Amino acid sequence: MSEAKIERVADFYHPEPTDFFRKYVWSYDHKVIAKQYLWTSFIFLILGGTLAMLLRWQIAYPNAPVPVLGSLLHGMFFFGADGSITPGGYLELATMHGLIMVFFVIIPLIVSAFGNFLIPLHIGARDVAFPLLNAVSYWLYLPAGLLIFASFFVDKGAAAAGWTAYPPLSDAAGASDPVLGMNMVLFALFLAGFSSILGGLNFLVTIVKLRAPGMTWSRLPLTTWAQFITAVFQVLATPMLAAVGAMLLFDRIAGTSFFIPTGLTINSELVANAGGGFPLLWQHIFWFYAHPAVYILILPSMGFASDILSAFSRKPVFGYRAMVISLASIMGLGFVVWGHHMFLSGMNPVMGMAFMISTVFIALPSGVKVFNWLGTLWGGSIRLQPPMLYALSFVSMFIVGGLSGIFMAASPVDIYIHDTYYIIAHFHYVVFGATLFSVFAATTYWFPKMFGREMNRKLSYLHWGLTFLFFNLAFFPMHFLGEAGHMRRLATSTGYEFLNPLAPWNEFITLSAFALGMSQLLFMYNFIYSVFAGKPAETNPWEASTLEWTIPNPVPVYNFKELPVVTRGPHEYSSPDTLPGDWLPQNAPANPSASAGH
Amino acid sequence: MSDQQHHAELAPSFHAERRNLRAMGMWLFLGSEVMFFTAFFGAYIVARSASIEPINHPLDKVLGALNTVVLITSSLTMALAVAYSKRGDRKKTGLALLGTLALAAMFLVVKGFEYHAHFAEGVYPSSDIFHGFYFMLTGFHGLHVIGGMISLSILWYRNRRGDFDEHYCDPIEMTGLYWHFVDLVWIFLFPALYLL
Repeated sequence: MSEAKIERVADFYHPEPTDFFRKYVWSYDHKVIAKQYLWTSFIFLILGGTLAMLLRWQIAYPNAPVPVLGSLLHGMFFFGADGSITPGGYLELATMHGLIMVFFVIIPLIVSAFGNFLIPLHIGARDVAFPLLNAVSYWLYLPAGLLIFASFFVDKGAAAAGWTAYPPLSDAAGASDPVLGMNMVLFALFLAGFSSILGGLNFLVTIVKLRAPGMTWSRLPLTTWAQFITAVFQVLATPMLAAVGAMLLFDRIAGTSFFIPTGLTINSELVANAGGGFPLLWQHIFWFYAHPAVYILILPSMGFASDILSAFSRKPVFGYRAMVISLASIMGLGFVVWGHHMFLSGMNPVMGMAFMISTVFIALPSGVKVFNWLGTLWGGSIRLQPPMLYALSFVSMFIVGGLSGIFMAASPVDIYIHDTYYIIAHFHYVVFGATLFSVFAATTYWFPKMFGREMNRKLSYLHWGLTFLFFNLAFFPMHFLGEAGHMRRLATSTGYEFLNPLAPWNEFITLSAFALGMSQLLFMYNFIYSVFAGKPAETNPWEASTLEWTIPNPVPVYNFKELPVVTRGPHEYSSPDTLPGDWLPQNAPANPSASAGH
Repeated sequence: MSDQQHHAELAPSFHAERRNLRAMGMWLFLGSEVMFFTAFFGAYIVARSASIEPINHPLDKVLGALNTVVLITSSLTMALAVAYSKRGDRKKTGLALLGTLALAAMFLVVKGFEYHAHFAEGVYPSSDIFHGFYFMLTGFHGLHVIGGMISLSILWYRNRRGDFDEHYCDPIEMTGLYWHFVDLVWIFLFPALYLL
């Protein structure tokens, strides 16, 4: 830091620490915190994915011993004495797979990891608004994640009431077997929620207050716009989860009856709680949070895809303003659609109608986004490099998942397909097909800036092809299962005669899922190898125009030596200004003909 | 690197700008706090409007009213602390902070007597749904009061040490915002629990 006094917040940064602890553990640098989130959530992703593999094994080969893992861990966790998965263990796996993937993988990955890394670079800032708070967010998230995994190790295992934890199953003591496991899960969610609120608050202040000179709202990269709108969700919706989780903990620990109705009997025994509560209340408050959370899982991905599609089509994004407005309307509508999860819950059907209408409205902004992505591609000089392929897969898988969503938004249709494999297919198309493909896109795209090296392109092509193929083979047939009435969360389908003809499908899905899981090893290998031994990357390997590509590799601790002055929009490709090249950085001088070298 | 070390290198214009950042962050945090309590209030409204039975063991309105007065007064002393610290009057700031701390402690003592009376009567959170909400809402509010008291104690110490002057007193101002919020929650809790 120079001797002159620091005049402006934008000029301030924490100098690079020299000791290991302050550099890698308790770091204030948004880039280091982003990498902490990235590594942690990738590890959780592997673990959560392994749970899914076990689930699929049990569905395809009911009660057969699990190879390798079953013989190693028989009698422990969710394994029976013979190494097969017990029915209770199956529910545990299903519950924990959902919770881990939603709260400890996808949200930290797309919001915390990429948001932290990209927001200050995109807006031309030296760090986020509150670096200390940023470190606190990560150090709340990590213990929460460890706590949720620790719940597997306690007596009677982890939570098994579904990731939605509907009472009274999740509630009255004795109703759900794992007493301690469920409490630990609720507490972990409370911590993770707190981390998420602090993170969102930090991003909002950063984007509002720390934009570089000239970085107007209409020049923000769409990734940052999406992070901004996601952060509003985080700050306003996540406290609802904390509150409703606290109420459930009160019911379980202090014996209150917030969600326990009068006269509830379990195994023909009256529960001890006083009663007078409402199980439906949980669903209302939980989904008031969890539906916005569904958009937290997709909005940042929409941002990645918009910027990447534009850079690899060498065209400005089609309808920038419409893209922003559609993001904002998805957020606004997202707060008034939660009831579409509850058509069969005993809620007043009149409300079902209202929620159906508001939900179908979401198809409008989603449609605007899809058509604008197609419009961006139209007539572009498309470069089919790995990030582009992943981003294109994001768009196509989002279309499939979005369309199947419209079926479920219609309450008459939902009555038939509710809680079947149709919903599993739907949200995996959105959360795996769309979001995880966008994570692959973002990782391959920003990897050179994050680690200063390149990922191996051939391996990325191979990984993309295999993942795209096996993902569709694994999840598309689930639509058929759902239409045939195959219920979700069913440990063994062999007990139901009408499901027996579906057994070959289940085996096919499982084999495809295993192949899908194995394909991810390619990405893991590519990622880890490239971090340490990849080819050193150029400053701007993709010839992209946003600000992060104007700074050298590795990114210095202060990001920008001098704060950039932004003169143009985020997608400055193929405009007459850019001649003779086809792009200009966002901070290029206003009149390029005046600058030297052209 | 602590605030303390940086303090000398930071110009007043830096502090003024960072105060705005912190104020925005605090308002957003309070926004999320509002949503947190909204979930409880919403649930409480549903439960109360569905119940037709009178409440057994109603709450002590006098003690509730007393606590309302105590907490509103503490908001006054907090506002005074902010005003004095902005003028750079360290001595009066310290007194106002101590006053706020004392009133907060008094609030908790009164609340403790109320809790004690309930337990003596055999009324617990599990007794009925009303008392479940009562203990949960006042409990979370009490935790917020305790959090505020920890923060006030640190501020009192830092003020004594001389960390704050008229250019830099954001921690006091931000804690003030938070403290008024804690007060405001009670302004909603008192009628909702004691009077309805």
